[in-house]
Amino acid sequence: MISPKEVPPNSRVLTMSIDDEPVDFRDGETIYDIANRCRREVPSLCYDPRLEPFGACRLCVVDVEGIKNPVASCTTKATDGMVVRTKTKTIEKYRKTLLEMVASENRNLDINQLSGYSSQELSELLDQYSTDNKRFIGKTSGKSNKDDKNPFILRDYDNCISCYRCVRVCAEQEGDHAINIINRGFQTQISTEFGNDLRDSECTFCGQCVQTCPTGALSDKKALRAKESPGEIKKTRSVCPYCGVGCAVDILTKETKVVGIQPAMDGPANEGALCIKGQYAFDFVSHPDRLKKPMIRQDDGSFRESEWEEALQLAANGFQEVADDYGRHSVYGIASGRAPHEAAYTMQKFIRSNFGTNYIDNCSRS
Amino acid sequence: MEHPDVIFAIGTNMTECHPVAATRLKKAITRGAKMIVVDPRETRLAKMAHLHLRIRVGSDVALLLAMANVISREGLLDDSFIKERTSGSSDFIKHVEEFTPDWAANICEIDAKLIEEAAIIYGKGDPAAIYYTLGITEHICGVDNVQSLCNLALMTGNLGVTGGGINPMRGQNNIQGAGDCGAVPSNFPGFQPCSDPDFAEKFSKAYGRSIDPQKGITKVAALNQSGQEGPDGIHAMLIDGENTVVTDPDKKHCEKALGSLQHLVVIDLFMTETAQLADIVFPATGFAETDGVQTNTERRVQRLRAAVPPPGEAKPDWWIISEISKRMGNKQFEHFHSAKDVFNELCSLSPIYNGLDWDRIENSEYQWPVPEKDHPGTPRLHEKEFKNGKGLFTIIGYRDPAEVIDEDYPVWLTTGRRLQAYHSRTQTGRSAGIDYLLNEETLEVNPKDAIEWQLKDGDFVEMSSRRGSITIKVRVTDKSPQGTVFTSFSFASVPVNILTGSGYDPVTDTAELKVCPVRIELVN
Ligand code: SF4
Ligand code: SF4
Ligand code: FES
Repeated sequence: MISPKEVPPNSRVLTMSIDDEPVDFRDGETIYDIANRCRREVPSLCYDPRLEPFGACRLCVVDVEGIKNPVASCTTKATDGMVVRTKTKTIEKYRKTLLEMVASENRNLDINQLSGYSSQELSELLDQYSTDNKRFIGKTSGKSNKDDKNPFILRDYDNCISCYRCVRVCAEQEGDHAINIINRGFQTQISTEFGNDLRDSECTFCGQCVQTCPTGALSDKKALRAKESPGEIKKTRSVCPYCGVGCAVDILTKETKVVGIQPAMDGPANEGALCIKGQYAFDFVSHPDRLKKPMIRQDDGSFRESEWEEALQLAANGFQEVADDYGRHSVYGIASGRAPHEAAYTMQKFIRSNFGTNYIDNCSRS
Repeated sequence: MEHPDVIFAIGTNMTECHPVAATRLKKAITRGAKMIVVDPRETRLAKMAHLHLRIRVGSDVALLLAMANVISREGLLDDSFIKERTSGSSDFIKHVEEFTPDWAANICEIDAKLIEEAAIIYGKGDPAAIYYTLGITEHICGVDNVQSLCNLALMTGNLGVTGGGINPMRGQNNIQGAGDCGAVPSNFPGFQPCSDPDFAEKFSKAYGRSIDPQKGITKVAALNQSGQEGPDGIHAMLIDGENTVVTDPDKKHCEKALGSLQHLVVIDLFMTETAQLADIVFPATGFAETDGVQTNTERRVQRLRAAVPPPGEAKPDWWIISEISKRMGNKQFEHFHSAKDVFNELCSLSPIYNGLDWDRIENSEYQWPVPEKDHPGTPRLHEKEFKNGKGLFTIIGYRDPAEVIDEDYPVWLTTGRRLQAYHSRTQTGRSAGIDYLLNEETLEVNPKDAIEWQLKDGDFVEMSSRRGSITIKVRVTDKSPQGTVFTSFSFASVPVNILTGSGYDPVTDTAELKVCPVRIELVN
């Protein structure tokens, strides 16, 4: 329903050149968007396609003919006839230096993938530019807030690079304004109002700040519990099991265990957004209370485990007996509003094809 | 969702129940849309609204009638839409003449000026979108409420346009899908009416036995008739994944009904309160363990994928139900070897899914109806014409809730959801960390009421209705309006549904869960 990048629909089509190739674009598009579409890999750190361009990190600079200084492509709109080069020697050198300066604030570059969807961005760029955080030995920024006891979000400011993505996603997308950045330079901290715990702020624990953070400064505490667990991280695309919005998610697993959830940035209903339930309430599936075997009630009222065949046969006999004794209109089926289609479909078929009635409903009425 | 010019959100605590949908409304507001919120409580959504109408619980129809009155009086009708696409308009317009804002102001307990303002903003919206949830349907007048909203949209030409329409927000992930699949007493899969002999014939043929060409009874009726003697008695039930006992109104009645069955089979993830009453309980696979399909509120058909094996011997619901059927000598389930087989059969029998199959929905890009293979899907319903011809205006009058406050039960109780909890918490309650944010249920009481009733934060009160009483902790907050208290039905330790359940909508049998007069007394 939401079109991913809103290019003014009726605007004129113009032409520019990117790395000596002519490119059509619509009036209003930024150089970054156009370059991206043409598969030019322009690096970025403060950019998140879902947010208003911000222009803080300057990593996305390009060379524009006729302009002396490099231009931040994420905030600059393309103009007709513009001639852009995305990878000149000067530009690449400039980017590398910027990266090294940014990275020098960070103590730790080895960020676990479980930290969040975007958590590898900084370290991947450093790899790409074959550099690290050693060139400028600076003080690390901020201090970790280990005291926030919330079980979902780790606030480790040592890794903060002041890209404001968390603050912006919270304000622009969540409209919550739960966090802000206080202080400057090495003292930079992402903070809540009055520096309180997140629980006491406007925070709804949607996890969006965690998922957009490019350095792991904000990270997914719950997923990181599985940091040391053996096995590779695997992602499986599915849909949140809670409400009717139907947010697409990637289920993160290690071996046979679900270890975390990340929002699908291209999920048609959510475009990267999630709420606390979809983001953090996933581990009920591995709770020890889960039923593992069919259960049959005994004469004394208690349950015993049984093999499938016995329970299935008993269930079938019971329905048959009731139908024989009281007629086919004495059997009723209630389908789930949470199980998938296949469950609801077989439920109604169970009633209709076994008893020839329409004695079937679901739980939407409660 | 980000395109409306005006958003009219009624009976929907969207920021708590559907946060991601609310996020999209927030974006629309940033883009300049105006929002009207109708809710007795000061929810987060209400705080973002340009206009918040804190109406008395259960008085929505009166408000909507008065809004229609103003829209017509102010000449905000979409005449060409009404002429070409609707019928019954003149009777309706005449009907609403007597329902002035002053009349509604008394019933809704709000200023008539606010009603006028809301009507004018909505009427001028181009387009204006309506959002609603259970706050609208969980009343004895649930159908009247929805039809009243429909009247508003029809008179202003707000159906079938981008950014307009009436948008129900569904509470459960696949409640839309359960309807699509025909798990309702009135329709076969794909909303093909059971009472139409052609469809009864179609499914009789497909399922190899004759099927009644009449609607079945609703779940509420089935529970009422459970264990009953005579031809109407229900004596066996198959219940799939629903903690009926905790989430249904009038818990005691429900427990008794299920207890009186000769044969109760429950399929679920956990030994829920409902499963405890069963003769046989089957372990089902859950989220992250099941391949399947789910439809969201916007009719988008999406794929679910298994990522891990289920615990123990748990099996997919479709498998369990099929295996029971096979053991009843039914050959209709023998070709179901995977979720794909089941879904493809659904598609072949349901016109709205005819163009879909398991492979086609791989990327979740279709919204039904998808009638043929090369159909692109239908992002907006009612674009050209209504499914049943013309959009019908409905004549509706206001009725009081089934029970109203009186000397014995002088306070309105209304119920709802919490952001961090979901339904009966069989799932969220079992997820690590959620309890850090929400570990107990509370009763939200307005500060002025608290003074009058001599209560403070943390006190325990006994709250009683005509059906029973529960003990609950008080939280003083101006979220609740004076004279109305709020709590959710998420905790089994605070079984609010002992209190509720005073009546049902005569058309849908939906329970009056939202409104219930109660009495509140301090417990020492
Ligand atoms: S979790 Fe969500 S609400 Fe909380 S600070 Fe992060 S973005 Fe904001
Ligand atoms: S993540 Fe939240 S809003 Fe999205 S489907 Fe799940 S419960 Fe609904
Ligand atoms: S990405 Fe353009 S300035 Fe950061």
